[in-house]
Amino acid sequence: MGTKQLIGELGEDFVAKYLLSRNYEILDRNWRIREGEIDLVAISEHGVVVFVEVKTRTNSAFGHPLEAITRDKAYRLQRLALAWLTVHHRWGFEYRIDAAGVLISKGEKFEIDYRIAVL
Amino acid sequence: MSLALTSTVSLTGLIGNLIDVEVDISDGLPGYILLGLPDAALNESKDRVRAALVNSGETWPNKKVTVSLSPAWLPKSGSAFDLPIALTLLMAQGLVPKDEPGTCIYLGELALDGQLRSVRGVLPAVLAAKKFGFTKALVPFNNYAEAKCVSGIEIIAINSLVDALKYLRLGEISVSPDPFISNENENYLDLCDVAGQVGARRALEVAAIGGHHLLFIGPPGTGKTMLAERIPSILPPLTEDSILEVTAIHSIAGTLLDRELLSKLPPFVAPHHTTTAPAMIGGGAHAIRPGATSLAHQGVLFIDEAPECARGVLDSLRQPLESGNVTISRAVGSVTYPARFMLVLAANPCPCGRFSGRGRSCTCTQVAIRRYLQRLSGPLLDRIDIRVFVDSPSRLEMASDELGESSAVVRQRVIAARAISKDRFADCLWKLNSQIPPSELRKRFRAEKLGMNFLHTELDNERLSARGFHKVLRIAWSIADANGHSIPSRDDVESAFRLREGMEILA
Repeated sequence: MGTKQLIGELGEDFVAKYLLSRNYEILDRNWRIREGEIDLVAISEHGVVVFVEVKTRTNSAFGHPLEAITRDKAYRLQRLALAWLTVHHRWGFEYRIDAAGVLISKGEKFEIDYRIAVL
Repeated sequence: MSLALTSTVSLTGLIGNLIDVEVDISDGLPGYILLGLPDAALNESKDRVRAALVNSGETWPNKKVTVSLSPAWLPKSGSAFDLPIALTLLMAQGLVPKDEPGTCIYLGELALDGQLRSVRGVLPAVLAAKKFGFTKALVPFNNYAEAKCVSGIEIIAINSLVDALKYLRLGEISVSPDPFISNENENYLDLCDVAGQVGARRALEVAAIGGHHLLFIGPPGTGKTMLAERIPSILPPLTEDSILEVTAIHSIAGTLLDRELLSKLPPFVAPHHTTTAPAMIGGGAHAIRPGATSLAHQGVLFIDEAPECARGVLDSLRQPLESGNVTISRAVGSVTYPARFMLVLAANPCPCGRFSGRGRSCTCTQVAIRRYLQRLSGPLLDRIDIRVFVDSPSRLEMASDELGESSAVVRQRVIAARAISKDRFADCLWKLNSQIPPSELRKRFRAEKLGMNFLHTELDNERLSARGFHKVLRIAWSIADANGHSIPSRDDVESAFRLREGMEILA
């Protein structure tokens, strides 16, 4: 596994923990179809299905991590979410799309910027 | 939710619209949305504002930024929104104290390093702000002098975004430009440079008194352009109101540098004869800019080689000549600019240009000569009162080392004569002799009996049309004013007749 993937996985792990600590249940991770991948699928204690796009960076020299999520990517996420709901027979469930930016600085310090309902 | 609001002014022609700049910063993906019908230059403001903020040591919110310019239906253009957008962004983040609504307007384009660049139309924008009850305006340093022309509103000049922030946070004013000093001794082209040309000088003076439009015909190199360029110097200086109006038009057009600020000298505009109709009367896709006719407002519009002009271009002058303003309609809206000018046309007498005297050196055929001047359309010629033939000065005139009369002397006479006509027209709708309506000419403003007899004889002899009859009378009034006659005498009428009809070439 390359460094990039490793960093990505570290970030996703961190977000998963973050969600668990807020009483979310993780339903799926790295769900992948031909059109793309959903990093995290969770369900809140109120039964809302949450799709999370995680962006991880080790420094902010190239801008805020969440800036990497362009409008087009956000819409693709929307389509993927609907696909996931169909495949898992959860049509009609309330759902939302979140974005999480994770900054891993030296010394394994994690910083999270979690945005709810970005779309 | 963080929200902030500031005000600025956008222009539709000379009319200022108050624009609210609202910024909302909310959670969501980092992004920037600009609402309110921006044009291309305005849409690019995002990247300028961002770079300027960051390079001035401020923070860019990594959140969803929504900028709304209201009223939303009004198309907006230009780069003057950069400064208000940047400041409102910082206010919304709580980094700058919020603006007190209705007190201050902000104008200016940001450079990437945070410097403030000058923009067009600051004078009319500040005028509008004052009308809307604003008491302060932050403007770019280079626009300070022009903004300062408006009295009764505090103008704060700033060099950069950092300056603006210093002012808003601490009340510190970093730059204080020298107050503008109006130059009383303006440079102008003086009539005394013109050798001889007694007849043309006289025509110029009469035209200046009555505001008559003028046509010079003459071979090349005889001084048509030279004479025309000197007309502003013999016109009365602009009044206070018209100074502001003229300066405002030039501010929008971005031609202020060509003119001395707050110049009392009437403008002189000489578009090239290949010019297009939009350049002549104004136009443009995003912002409708004033054309030559409006730049010549309260001054002189000079078209050299008028017969070479495209016909549509010359005919586009008819609306401004008639109504004193131009209305231009484009997709973004319709704009009216003032355009009250003295039209001066110059033409060669024939295609080869050498027809003068008995026309011995002219190589053109009779037909060619007639056709050449017929390119000036009848309706346009109809609006031109005075026609002068400008011939080469004689040997005697060129040899004389005596200077001709100076502009200052002539101008004094013009001012005195205009004062007389102003008194006469005190209870009328018009101010100048060239504007007396025909019916009034036949009733209240007739010439002396002998003068009228002369005109009636010319009418009988078919040497004068009904239209010409009225034109001659109007010129006669200007000549009477110049001579201090309370009513045009027979001599005045005769000289007027010669200024109008004395040119067989234009049969």
